[in-house]
Amino acid sequence: MLIVYAIAALGLIGLLFGLMLAAAAKVFYVEIDPRVEAVSELVPGANCGACGFAGCMKFSEAVVNGEAEPGDCIPAGEETVAEIARVLGKEVSASGSPIATLFCIGDSYKTADTYIYDGVEDCKVAGEMYGGFKACSYGCLGLGNCVRVCPFDAIEMGAHGLPVVDKVKCTGCGLCASACPRDLIKMLPAGDEGHLVLCASQDRGKTVSRACEVGCIACKACVKACPEEAIEMNDKLAVIDLEKCTDCGECVAKCPPGTIHPRSAIPTAEEAAARAAEKEKESA
Amino acid sequence: METLLSIIFIYIFVENFVLQRFFGICPFLGVSRKMETAVGMSMAVIFVMTLATLVTWLLYTYVLVPFGLTYLQIVTFILVIASLVQLVETVLRKISPTLYQGLGIFLPLITTNCAVLAVTLLAIRQEFSLVESIVFSIAAAIGFALALIIMAGIRERLEMAEIPEVLQGSAVTLITAGILSIAFMGFQGMLTL
Repeated sequence: MLIVYAIAALGLIGLLFGLMLAAAAKVFYVEIDPRVEAVSELVPGANCGACGFAGCMKFSEAVVNGEAEPGDCIPAGEETVAEIARVLGKEVSASGSPIATLFCIGDSYKTADTYIYDGVEDCKVAGEMYGGFKACSYGCLGLGNCVRVCPFDAIEMGAHGLPVVDKVKCTGCGLCASACPRDLIKMLPAGDEGHLVLCASQDRGKTVSRACEVGCIACKACVKACPEEAIEMNDKLAVIDLEKCTDCGECVAKCPPGTIHPRSAIPTAEEAAARAAEKEKESA
Repeated sequence: METLLSIIFIYIFVENFVLQRFFGICPFLGVSRKMETAVGMSMAVIFVMTLATLVTWLLYTYVLVPFGLTYLQIVTFILVIASLVQLVETVLRKISPTLYQGLGIFLPLITTNCAVLAVTLLAIRQEFSLVESIVFSIAAAIGFALALIIMAGIRERLEMAEIPEVLQGSAVTLITAGILSIAFMGFQGMLTL
């Protein structure tokens, strides 16, 4: 008899709560725009925040409400953006996603260390210890803040102590650029065209050449060599205007330390590792 | 009044739910990685614990006791907590989207938080009155929040520390929790009901 009571009582309470929940679901029903759900299923869902909203769900809501454009989702890629636009019945302005590029080639063979750093693996912390352990106070410290922040595994630390960006995996979200305490990563338009001065040092030429084999020494040879007048001096650093650059390569030949490289020559992870291994063999 | 004050002190410090009674260890370790999530979880627990205790106390006193069904206590309380959390979520979503966003994912997570069940059961076992029960549940929840927030603060600092490889990850977290618990044992015997 006891068990009947127990089952009955529990069943009754359960039924009561069930009915209450059912009623609440009806009374307090909140309409969700089905388009928001459709968009949130399309976006990559990495919650990288490159769009400026707090996560993919918020972005989806903003797009549906017209507060954001489908193209604002930078990692989505053209196909997904077009897909999102189709859901909303909108036009898209197409453009490839930008690519993260490191403006420093002073790896551990080319730039001297001033002391042995044995602290926390963090570029920001290391950079604040007497201006960093690298002789160049503008150069990449190679402790991988950018590697850790990348939600797409597109950056890895190369064997030579500089991070390498995988151009295929990079979605252009820009998290690495803001994670770099020395602002060495810049987001460049998609593509392989153009040459770059891969240095960020604003030091005097003499200081640079003492610290690093491949830093820009502000000699202005490239500025004079460029037939398109695409190179300008930004204080003590040469800067190439990618829109004017025609890839003629005159500047590369004239640059004494070899700071200028075509964008297509920026090494992939495998190439960087192979080059480091070669160096290793030479020194051994 | 004196009883109420001592209930508050005892269940925040002396009998801290996480560090002395060892309830709710799962969220304590799970969501204490970041201060932001720890605060979110704490708020949700305070909210749900108070509400759950109120409802279960009434249910126990006016339904289970008169019908002689007190042996169904645990089962009914689980049922109450689960449906209550669901109900609160549905209602909040409509009435206060801001609060709903703030509590976020933590609200449904609490359904399976044993600390909530413990509060409701202990309120009955200690034979608290309704007012005492509610004060007790708020104090217990604040104690939970305190432990969670202290832990989150420590863990955020640990991120920057250099930890020997064998101790990295959950090992150092568990050691930290243990030391915290030992520290809270200092309150032991300070006050009893």
